[in-house]
Amino acid sequence: MEAALQTNIQTCYHCGDTCKEEPIVAHDKTFCCDGCKAVYELLEENNLCTYYNLDENPGISSKQPVVEARFAYLDDAGVEAQLINFRNDSICKLTFYIPQMHCSSCIWLLENLFKLNPGVAESTVNFLRKEVSLTYFHQKTTLREVVQLLARIGYEPAITLADTDGKKTTKQSRTIIYKLGVAGFAFGNVMLLAFPDYLAVTEGLQRTFGSFFGYLSILLSLPVFFYSARGFFTSAIEGIRQRMVNIDLPIATGLLALFCVSFYEIISGNGPGYLDSFTGLVFFMLIGKYFQQKTYDTLSFDRDYTSYFPVSIAVLKENGEEESVAVRNLKVGNRIRIRNQELIPADTLLLRGTAMIDYSFVSGESEPVEKVVGEVIYAGGRQVGESVELEVVKEVSQGYLTQLWNDSVFSKNEEQSVATYANVAGKWFIIVTLFVAAGSLFYWVPRDMDMAMKAFTSVLIIACPCALSLATPFVHGHTLRVFGKNKFYLKNTSVVETLAKIDTVVFDKTGTLTEPNAAEVTYTGKALLPEQEKAILSVLRHSTHPLSQRISQNLKGEAAEVQNFQEFAGKGLAGEVNGQMVRVGSASYLGVPTDKVKDALKTTVYVSLDGVVLGYYTFFNVYRDGLKDILSDLNDKKIAVLSGDNNHEEARLKELLGEGAELSFNQSPVQKLEYIQGLKEHHHQVLMVGDGLNDAGALKQSDAGIALTNSVTNFSPSCDAILDATAFGKLSKFLAFSKKTMKIILATFAVSLVYNVIGLSLAVQGLFSPIASAILMPISSLSVIIFATLSVKIAAKRAGL
Amino acid sequence: MFIIFLLIGISVTVAGCFLGAFLWAVRSGQYDDDYTPAVRMLFENEPGKAAANKPVKSEPAKA
Repeated sequence: MEAALQTNIQTCYHCGDTCKEEPIVAHDKTFCCDGCKAVYELLEENNLCTYYNLDENPGISSKQPVVEARFAYLDDAGVEAQLINFRNDSICKLTFYIPQMHCSSCIWLLENLFKLNPGVAESTVNFLRKEVSLTYFHQKTTLREVVQLLARIGYEPAITLADTDGKKTTKQSRTIIYKLGVAGFAFGNVMLLAFPDYLAVTEGLQRTFGSFFGYLSILLSLPVFFYSARGFFTSAIEGIRQRMVNIDLPIATGLLALFCVSFYEIISGNGPGYLDSFTGLVFFMLIGKYFQQKTYDTLSFDRDYTSYFPVSIAVLKENGEEESVAVRNLKVGNRIRIRNQELIPADTLLLRGTAMIDYSFVSGESEPVEKVVGEVIYAGGRQVGESVELEVVKEVSQGYLTQLWNDSVFSKNEEQSVATYANVAGKWFIIVTLFVAAGSLFYWVPRDMDMAMKAFTSVLIIACPCALSLATPFVHGHTLRVFGKNKFYLKNTSVVETLAKIDTVVFDKTGTLTEPNAAEVTYTGKALLPEQEKAILSVLRHSTHPLSQRISQNLKGEAAEVQNFQEFAGKGLAGEVNGQMVRVGSASYLGVPTDKVKDALKTTVYVSLDGVVLGYYTFFNVYRDGLKDILSDLNDKKIAVLSGDNNHEEARLKELLGEGAELSFNQSPVQKLEYIQGLKEHHHQVLMVGDGLNDAGALKQSDAGIALTNSVTNFSPSCDAILDATAFGKLSKFLAFSKKTMKIILATFAVSLVYNVIGLSLAVQGLFSPIASAILMPISSLSVIIFATLSVKIAAKRAGL
Repeated sequence: MFIIFLLIGISVTVAGCFLGAFLWAVRSGQYDDDYTPAVRMLFENEPGKAAANKPVKSEPAKA
């Protein structure tokens, strides 16, 4: 009793988990399992205990032992060559993705790997990308040894099929930073040279040095025109080619006019030109682009099955020996061995062993499905328990799930969305600009030819919608950050705009609306005495079967001693408690006649004491917290639920969602995809919320696909946004907020229009001067940036995000 | 007044050097990770600590 009380407050020194069973005490410290203890000892031996001082209980639970034979494929020269980035006579360099990395202790330990394996020359962590770059001496150690070491200390790198595909993740593009640097440099220097022009008193000075300053400014502006501003011109030309007007067209026109007029004025000696405004504009607009580009590149939004499947698999040869074979080379008829926690890469037939397949990545259902010899097991499942032998019936690329990726949806290019606010505004902008420019030309030509040219070019210059183009990236960029703070990660800023237009929300049921790791357990039958309940609990405690664990979580009390405990795989449990025979299991195991089994669709577990069947436990889905609130907030939208499950929860769902919601059960991945397609054909803007691989098609097909996940670094299907499960209750707030940001953008447009009207009225009168431009342009850019930033922040505070 | 030409020449050259240094810094990857270095610099250099506790000679940390 006392010991049990003590265990309640003890946590593992290594991983910080509460020790459920008897803790292992060693070196004056408690550990929850042998794995954690082994890691501690390894670190202690190598004098690496700083690991535990930097962060509290930083370790990763090592309850699942690492089967090192699993890494045999890394000895294969072909696999090694595909993983390594660089190799010479003595060293190899490569980068691993380590999703377990989570604190500064992790960084410290991973960068001190050389103390654990002297063959490692250097290891450098990029924490945000969760990557470690390793350099090792291939004469002193092997790739396999390095990976095994990482796995042993709890940081097993994620090496997947995608790593060997050759499509290495592209390095972050630095071009925008270069462009920004060049533009900033030119802006500062040209501004300095233009300064005398701003002050009327230095007119004499200007006359002496004017042309020198002018030529120097041109020299400084050339790289800005040809390098930094290049993107705006190419984008505008691209738009014209596709016969559409985007926001970059008026920008490019303005920049071109600005540069050419300045060039002409300086060469002809007519005036100082507008090069300070020109470089400043490019600089500010690049800041906007940079801000927009910085997204969550640490999270992967475009994963397909290859980033999920292992690189190789143990194939059994005819003489019974195992051989590591690349998953791609698996042939129909191959016999493979799958161990505990390994993934099944192809559709297979079970030959030997009891398979408990965890399809949580596929369907979101966390309860393992039991399969017996002779059954077909689809790819994507994870084996839990003993190792099993399987025969491949379909090649990896032909599998049930991989077929989904061969659907045309996945090969279609993401087309640039044309109807964004900015592009629509840009179109009107250029029409109005040309109209005003033509008008001023028409007015001035009969009166003053010089003035006509001046007014015409001034209109083109001032109408450059730079402030307009800054509004969208800043509003969206800040929205992205607000969402990120609330654990909702968008792929890029354009998703905000898509979310604002959503009118239909489609949910997956299992794992999305329901809590994957919880089930409501209800007991039906004769009332149980506390003693009887205790006896049942004691037996259930001995089983690792997920259903047993769920029931025992719902029963309170202390466990008593159990004798003659037996577990019959696929059937049930038996054990004696205080001389009472307790049996728990399926209806057929306890001999309940099938006609008495009322609801075959529900999962039920029967109990009997001394041969008398007392009753049964039924499992109900537990819906996520806050689901009711979300649904009532979304009442202006059409709601639908797609479930791969049977319809035994239909009544409960109807009650939750209301009569208007469409419910579809027994949906295959392809049916889900087609359902979304159908909605889109009726011009609905569809948001799909799903979590498993079986939703991947639907997520991709929908206008915006949100993948729900319990840990953002875990696998999630390809999507537009990743939502942490803990923030699920805020989903409706996110949608409402993205709508609000659209209003903020409109308000920002209005602000920038005020400047344009002032500028235009000066321009048509021919009063526009370099000074006016130098003042008006930075002020308009800055005020738009400040207005966008502040209004998003205030709106977020009001919305409670 | 010739001095102004000289001064501006110098100032632009100096600014150009800074631009070059910036481009070099970006090129060498210093802008790729703006989080880890900030954490890394806080790690103690523990060879000294180890030497104080145990007379074991360990390699100096390269981090």
